[in-house]
Amino acid sequence: MGIVEAILLSVITAATPLVLAAAGELVTERSGVLNLGVEGMMIMGAVCAFAATQLTGSPYLGVLAGVAAGASFSLLFGFLTLTLVANQVATGLALTLLGIGASGMIGESFLGMQGIKLQPIAIPLLSELPLVGPLLFRQDAIFYLSVAIVAGIHWFLFRSRAGLKLRAVGDSHGSAHALGVDVIGIRYLAVLFGGACAGLAGAQLSLVYTPQWVENMSAGRGWIALALVVFSSWRPWRIVVGGYLFGAVSISQLHAQAFGIGIPSQFLSSLPYVATIVVLILISHNRRMTLINTPASLGKPFVPDR
Amino acid sequence: MRIELEKRAKVSILFSILSPFIAFALTLVFGGIMFALLGKNPAIALYSYFVEPLIEVWSLHELAIKAAPLILIGVGLSVCFRSNNWNIGAEGQFIMGAIAGSILPVVFYDWQSPLMLPLMLVLGMIGGALFAAIPAFLKAHMNTNEILTSLMLVYVAQLFLDWLVRGPWRNPEGMNFPETRRFAADAILPEMLASGRANWGFAFAIIAAVLVWFMMRYTLKGFEVAVLGQSARAGRFAGFSSRKMIWFSMLFSGALAGLAGIAEVSGAIQQLRPVISPGYGFTAIIVAFLGRLNPIGIIAAGLVLALTYLGGEAAQLSIGVSDKVTRVFQGLLLFFVLSCDTLIHYRIRLVWERLPAIKTDEAH
Amino acid sequence: MKKLLLALATTTAVLGFAAAASAQEKAKVCFVYVGSKTDGGWTQAHDIGRQQVEKELGDKVETQFLENVPEGPDAERAIERMARSGCGLIFTTSFGFMDATINVAQKFPDVKFEHATGYKTAPNVATYNARFYEGRYIQGQIAAKMSEKGVAGYIASFPIPEVVMGINSFVIGARSVNPDFKIKVIWANTWFDPGKEADAAKALIDQGVDILTQHTDTTAPMQVAAERGIKAFGQASDMIAAGPKTQLTAIVDTWGAYYVKRTNAFLDGTWQSTSSWDGLKEGILTMAPYTNMPDDVKKMAEETEAKIKSGELKPFTGPLNKQDGSPWLKEGETADDATLLGMNFYVEGVDDKLPQ
Repeated sequence: MGIVEAILLSVITAATPLVLAAAGELVTERSGVLNLGVEGMMIMGAVCAFAATQLTGSPYLGVLAGVAAGASFSLLFGFLTLTLVANQVATGLALTLLGIGASGMIGESFLGMQGIKLQPIAIPLLSELPLVGPLLFRQDAIFYLSVAIVAGIHWFLFRSRAGLKLRAVGDSHGSAHALGVDVIGIRYLAVLFGGACAGLAGAQLSLVYTPQWVENMSAGRGWIALALVVFSSWRPWRIVVGGYLFGAVSISQLHAQAFGIGIPSQFLSSLPYVATIVVLILISHNRRMTLINTPASLGKPFVPDR
Repeated sequence: MRIELEKRAKVSILFSILSPFIAFALTLVFGGIMFALLGKNPAIALYSYFVEPLIEVWSLHELAIKAAPLILIGVGLSVCFRSNNWNIGAEGQFIMGAIAGSILPVVFYDWQSPLMLPLMLVLGMIGGALFAAIPAFLKAHMNTNEILTSLMLVYVAQLFLDWLVRGPWRNPEGMNFPETRRFAADAILPEMLASGRANWGFAFAIIAAVLVWFMMRYTLKGFEVAVLGQSARAGRFAGFSSRKMIWFSMLFSGALAGLAGIAEVSGAIQQLRPVISPGYGFTAIIVAFLGRLNPIGIIAAGLVLALTYLGGEAAQLSIGVSDKVTRVFQGLLLFFVLSCDTLIHYRIRLVWERLPAIKTDEAH
Repeated sequence: MKKLLLALATTTAVLGFAAAASAQEKAKVCFVYVGSKTDGGWTQAHDIGRQQVEKELGDKVETQFLENVPEGPDAERAIERMARSGCGLIFTTSFGFMDATINVAQKFPDVKFEHATGYKTAPNVATYNARFYEGRYIQGQIAAKMSEKGVAGYIASFPIPEVVMGINSFVIGARSVNPDFKIKVIWANTWFDPGKEADAAKALIDQGVDILTQHTDTTAPMQVAAERGIKAFGQASDMIAAGPKTQLTAIVDTWGAYYVKRTNAFLDGTWQSTSSWDGLKEGILTMAPYTNMPDDVKKMAEETEAKIKSGELKPFTGPLNKQDGSPWLKEGETADDATLLGMNFYVEGVDDKLPQ
C-alpha cells in the first residue's frame, strides 16, 4: 500500500462520521429546525451501537441500535421544540449535556470490552480497480450508506415532491401551512432523520473508526458536523467536500508532525478549523448564492393557528 | 391523544412566575424516581442537590464564583441573540479576554501599580471584543455565517492559549509545567467579603445585568436591538442599520465574555493554564435562554445552573452516584424548565380523539 | 402517588441518615479525580488504588471520591468540600490540582493532603509520583531488539516534563541496544480521544515505523497496531485484551501500594509530609507480562528490570548528548531528580522538534 493510498484511507475513515451527521443535520435544517444536539445524539448512537453489538454479537444489529438510539433521542428534541415550541438553541445544547451523561451511564458496564469491528465488504470487480478499488470499494457498510444517503438527500431535496414540500416548510412555514402542508409533521420527520444519521455516525465511531466504547468518544465531532452544514451552505454534495477536506487537513497535520517539520503542534492542530473558516469565506463571498440556499425559517418556531 | 397549543392573547404573568416552580416540581418527582431506580435514597439525593449547597456560607461563596462567568457571558449574549446575531463562540472570547488581560501580570510581572487591575480588566474586555470582531467583520462585510466562524474560533483560541502557556509565557520557575507565573498581589481581583472566596467578578456580573436590563428597557439602543432582532426590514424603515448592529452586538457580547475571562483568571485562578474554562461560554448560552434573554432572569438562571454543579458534587459524596448521573439530572432540569416556559405564551390542550384523524399534525 | 412517594422518601431518608451516622466512626480517605473513574487510563488506575485501600483497610476507613473535577476554581471547591465533610486524608490526583490543594491545605491544617505529580509541599501536603520513565527504558530496549526498520512511533499527549522524560528514556534505552535507533513523535494534544489517537497511529505506521508506543490513555493505538500487524506497548493499564498478539508489554500504574502505605501512616499517626518518587522497586509501576517476543529479548527485558529495581541501572546515566549533539551527561554521571522533573529538552536520537 502506497503512502498516498494509506493517507486517503485514513481520511475516509475520519470523514465518514462527519459527513453522515452533517447530512442528517442538513435535512433537519432544511426543514427550518436548528438542532444543536448533534454531539449528544452521536454519542448516544455510539454507546447503543456498541452495547447492542456486545449483547448480540452482530455489529449490524449494533448499527441498527445506533440509528434507533439517535432517532429516539432526537424525538425528545422534537417534542420539546416542535410540540412545546421550546427554544431550539437551548434545547439542542441541553440535549448534548443529557446525551453525554446518559451515554456514560449506559456505557458503564461496557467499558474495556473488546469491540467487534464492522468488516469491510469488497464489491466484486470494482474492488479490483487500481487505487479507487481499495479506497472506495473495499469499505464497510456504513461508508457505502453515507454515500447513498448524501446522493439520496440530493435527489430527495431537489428532485422529489416531498423534498420540495420540506424545503417550502423551511423557507416559509407560514405559506407552506397556508397551502395545506403539515409543517409540524414534516419537521418531526426531518428531526428524526437527522437523529438517525447522527446515531449512524456514532455507530461508525464505536464499530469502525475505533471499535471500543470510551466515555466522550465523539470528542467534539458533532460540533464539527454542525459547522459543516453551514460550510456546505445547505447543499448535500458540499458536505462531502467539506467533510473530506476537514478530514484531510486533520490527517495531514499528523503526517507533517511524524515527518518532523518544526512547527508547533498547536498551530498544526488548529489548521482544520482555520481552513474551514477560510473556505467558508471564499464560498460565502457570493452573497446571492448563500441567501438562496439558507432556509429562511431556520430556528424560528412555528405554531399552527386553528 | 394530541397536544395542541393555543396562543394566549397576552403573555401570562401568572405562568411566567409559576413555570419555573412547576418545572422544579417535575424535576423533583422524576429525579426522585431516577435516584430510586438506581437504588439510591431520593430524599438524601435531592437534599444534597438543592439544599446542602445553600446552607453554608462558604458554599454560597462558591456558588457566586461558579455563577459569575455564566451570568456575565449570558447577559452579553442576550443582547446578541435578541438582535438576531448568533455568537456561539463566547468560549473563545472568554479565553482571548483572559489572555489579553494577562499580558500585564505575565509579561510585565515586576510592574507594581494600583492601575494594574483596572488596566487588566479593560484589556480583557478589549481582547474579547477584538476576537468577536472577527466573526462580526466576516458577517457584516463578507456575509459569512457567524455561527460557524465564532464556533471554529473557539478551537483556535484554545490552542493559542495552550501554545502560550507551554511556550513563551511559561513560568521560568515552574519546573517547565505549562503554567504562567502566579499573578502578583496587585493583579488579583480581591475577594468581596472576608467570609469566603467569592471575588468582585460576581459584582461585575450583577452590575452588568442591571445595566443591560436598563439599556434594553429604557434606551433607544435597546429599542434598536429589539426592532432589528424582530425584523431587519422593519429596522431599516426605522433608520437602523443591521450591519452596525452586527458590530455592536458582537463586540458587546465579546467584551463581556472577555471581562468574564479576565475576572475568572485574575480572581479565581490567578495564573494562566492550558485550560481555564470548563465550557462556560457554551453553558452561558443555555443560561441566556433559561433566563428568557432577560438580564434579571439570567441572574437567576446562572445561579440555578451553578447550583446544579455544586449539588452534583454534594450528591456524589453523600450517596455515591457517579458524575454521569448528576449530568443526566442536570439535563432533566433543563428540559423541564424549557418546556414549562411554553405555558407563558400558550395554553396547552390535550385533544382526545376517538378515531385517528386521517391527517395528523404531530407524530405520535 | 406523590404523597406515597414522599412518605417513602422521608422514611428512607431517616434510615439513610442513621446509617451515615454510624459510619462516622471510620476515618475518611478521599480522592479527587480529574477524569472519569472508568476512563480506562490515568484516573481508573488511581481508582483501582482506592479500591485496594477499601479492600485492605475497609474495616478502618471508608473512601470517597469526586470524579471529572475540572482544574481551577472547581477543584478548589471540590477539595474544600471534602475537607469540610470530614475527610482526614485527601489525595488529589492531577498535576493541575496543585495550587488548589495548597490553598485548601492552608485553611485546614488538621487535614492531610497528598498531591500527585506536583512539586509544592506544605507541612500537611505531601507529593507523590512514579518513575514511569524506568518502564519506558525497558520498552526502548525491547523496541530496538524487535524493530526491523530501527524506527519506532511515539504518540505523545502534551509537552510536559513527564512526557518528555518518557520519550528520552525510551530513546536512551533503545540506543543502548541499537545506537542508530530513531523515533518519530506525534503530539496528539489530547490525553483522551480514541479517534485522534488512532489517526496518529495510522500516520506513524504509514510513515514506516514498525513499533508503536503511546503516552495517551485509550487503547485505540493498540487496536490499530493489531490491525496493521505491528507490535506495540500499552500505557497506564495492561492493554493485552486490545492486542493479544500485539502488546509486547505495558507500563501499569499501580498506585494502590502507595495509597495503602500512606493510609496506614495516617491511621497510626506517623504521617509526615514527604516528596516521594517511587519506581519499579517500590511497585508503584509494574511491567505487564513480556509477551509476543523471542525468549532472548524477554530475558534481556527481565534482566534490565531487575537491574533497575536493584538500583544498578539508572536510565539517565552518561555519556549522553542532547538532541543537537552537545554533551549533557559525562561518562557515569547520573541526572538528578530536579533536572528530570523539569525536563524540557530531547536527547540525541529523537526525530522531532520539541514544542516550546
